[in-house]
Amino acid sequence: MNIGAAELLPGGLDFPVAGQGIAARSPLQLFWRRFRQDRVALASLAFIVLLVAVALAAPLIVALLGLPGPSVQNPNLTDQFGSPLGPSLAHPFGVDQLGQDVASRVIYGTRVSLEVGLLGTAVATLIGVIVGVLAGFYRGFLDTLLSRLIDVVLSIPILLLGLGIGAACAVRGCVGGTIQPGLGVIIFLIALANWTYVARIVRGLVLSLREREFVQAARALGASDARIMFREILPNLVAPIIVYSTLLIPLNILLEAALSFLGVGIRPPTASWGQMIAAATPIFNTAWWYMTFPGIALLLTVLAFNLLGDGLQDALNPRTAR
Amino acid sequence: MTRYIIRRILWGVLLLIAVTALTFVLFRILPTGDPARLRAGRNASPQVIAEIRHNLGLDKSLLAQFWIYMKEVFLHFNLGFSYYSSAPVRSLIANRLGATVSLAVGASIVWLGIGLPIGIVSALRRRSLLDRASMGSALVLVSAPEYWLGLIALYLFAADIGKVKIFPGAGSYVGLTSDPWKWFTSLLLPWLVLAAGSAAIYARLMRSSLTETMGEDYIRTARAKGLSERRVVMRHGVRAAINPIMTILALDIATLLGSAVLVETVFDIPGIGRLNYDAITHSDFPIVQGTVLLGALFIVVANILVDIAYAYLDPRVRYS
Repeated sequence: MNIGAAELLPGGLDFPVAGQGIAARSPLQLFWRRFRQDRVALASLAFIVLLVAVALAAPLIVALLGLPGPSVQNPNLTDQFGSPLGPSLAHPFGVDQLGQDVASRVIYGTRVSLEVGLLGTAVATLIGVIVGVLAGFYRGFLDTLLSRLIDVVLSIPILLLGLGIGAACAVRGCVGGTIQPGLGVIIFLIALANWTYVARIVRGLVLSLREREFVQAARALGASDARIMFREILPNLVAPIIVYSTLLIPLNILLEAALSFLGVGIRPPTASWGQMIAAATPIFNTAWWYMTFPGIALLLTVLAFNLLGDGLQDALNPRTAR
Repeated sequence: MTRYIIRRILWGVLLLIAVTALTFVLFRILPTGDPARLRAGRNASPQVIAEIRHNLGLDKSLLAQFWIYMKEVFLHFNLGFSYYSSAPVRSLIANRLGATVSLAVGASIVWLGIGLPIGIVSALRRRSLLDRASMGSALVLVSAPEYWLGLIALYLFAADIGKVKIFPGAGSYVGLTSDPWKWFTSLLLPWLVLAAGSAAIYARLMRSSLTETMGEDYIRTARAKGLSERRVVMRHGVRAAINPIMTILALDIATLLGSAVLVETVFDIPGIGRLNYDAITHSDFPIVQGTVLLGALFIVVANILVDIAYAYLDPRVRYS
């Protein structure tokens, strides 16, 4: 990949003056320099940082806003027919059928979405990287075996499988309680399905990297296979791995919400946006606020991760026309 | 070519066998509950449970159960029996297939009909107001969960509860054969909701694919020949740009079964998705397992079709 100097230096062409020396930049530095130019992606990143802050400081924020806790049920907030009250100053997003504050639950719901999105994707990425590096580096029988396994997993409709496994593990967990219902099952499902995408991409990259001179040099110096794989090849894969795992995060957040919506994901009293939308379904024509606010929170979060992923991808492949 | 197709199909069958084995393992080993107890219902005596266990073959070794299951699925296309209603899963699914296929095929026509024209116009008028607006809304639609869009759509447009009463509301689905017009109108809103996200994706794909194609030398040649711009775009540009999009279409329709579950739940359409949603409330796993296999079958067949179409369309693909 040849990148002209003018593209790298926004100030124009700066020829190195004698004595100044030419700074070598790693692929990751180049990647970051391009990413910094993308305002939309930076704004998304800022929004995601804000979300993480909200998730971490949820109790503090709820207290500062003067809202009740997410599972505080107040029967005084429903009318004599059990219909919840709409948005007001004390309850800006209204309340639900149990008299729980929707705003408070939306704030706490950030935790589940980010936990699933970040933790689930991290586990899947870790498995995918290990499988991809091994398959690409050793090739031959191991590669065939792992690639075929990827084909098998990719043929499974994940939402339908998740529906079944989520239901099967809903009460007492799975594998004798190793996989806990709720968050545990969802992260297990994400790991089960998503390592394949990462593994495919990493395998392809390793296949070409392993033929490069620096790998030969390392081998000539007597480096072990493990050292070549993880100290020589892997650092070159950091940028693409970050990009593709970022693109997986919004999909995983949506998967959690969908499973919770179908009643096999996160269960009450824990607040999850998908599960709130499900609870809002029976009364959505009268209590519009209950389905609207969790949905908007979900939409904005997924949108931010999508925009960030797009920006990272553009920074990784600068030649793609926009 | 024939050899390539045969090999591709054989590999597809192997893939399905592997998927069946994997789902068997997942559904038999993961759950901590006992299927015989589930089927017996609450307060069943130990004898009844033991009898059911024997009838279901659950007292045999796991390996024997696996062998019987695989034999039944592949030799007799028997997907087992529902725990809840004891009806064969195959016929339960077959009864519901029509609604789901109506939903999926209609939605794919809608998303192509909306997504591709928007993508073409966006590619030709890049950075125009229209391009920015449609690409912006595409990003929002891709990020919106379809069941939430469905609820919003019903809240706004359903004939029974909506603010602007345009479309029939939830639960108004009728079969195509019983009343074609009602079938069509009842599915309009679900089609739009299910198609929204994919229309957005296809508009973006079409935009980038056509942008790339319009930069090719043969487009300049076509213009130099004095062809009308319309002909250059439609016959030379779009025709080439649409190939990569058509190859992913089959796969997207095959994987639509998953999102159909969500939309069928919201609109109360009696399809496979709704069947599954009801099945999980009774812990009726054979139905879910059967649907997973059906979904896998769709994906595998779509993959084979795409590969074969690719080999036909693109002579550079070597089929060896």
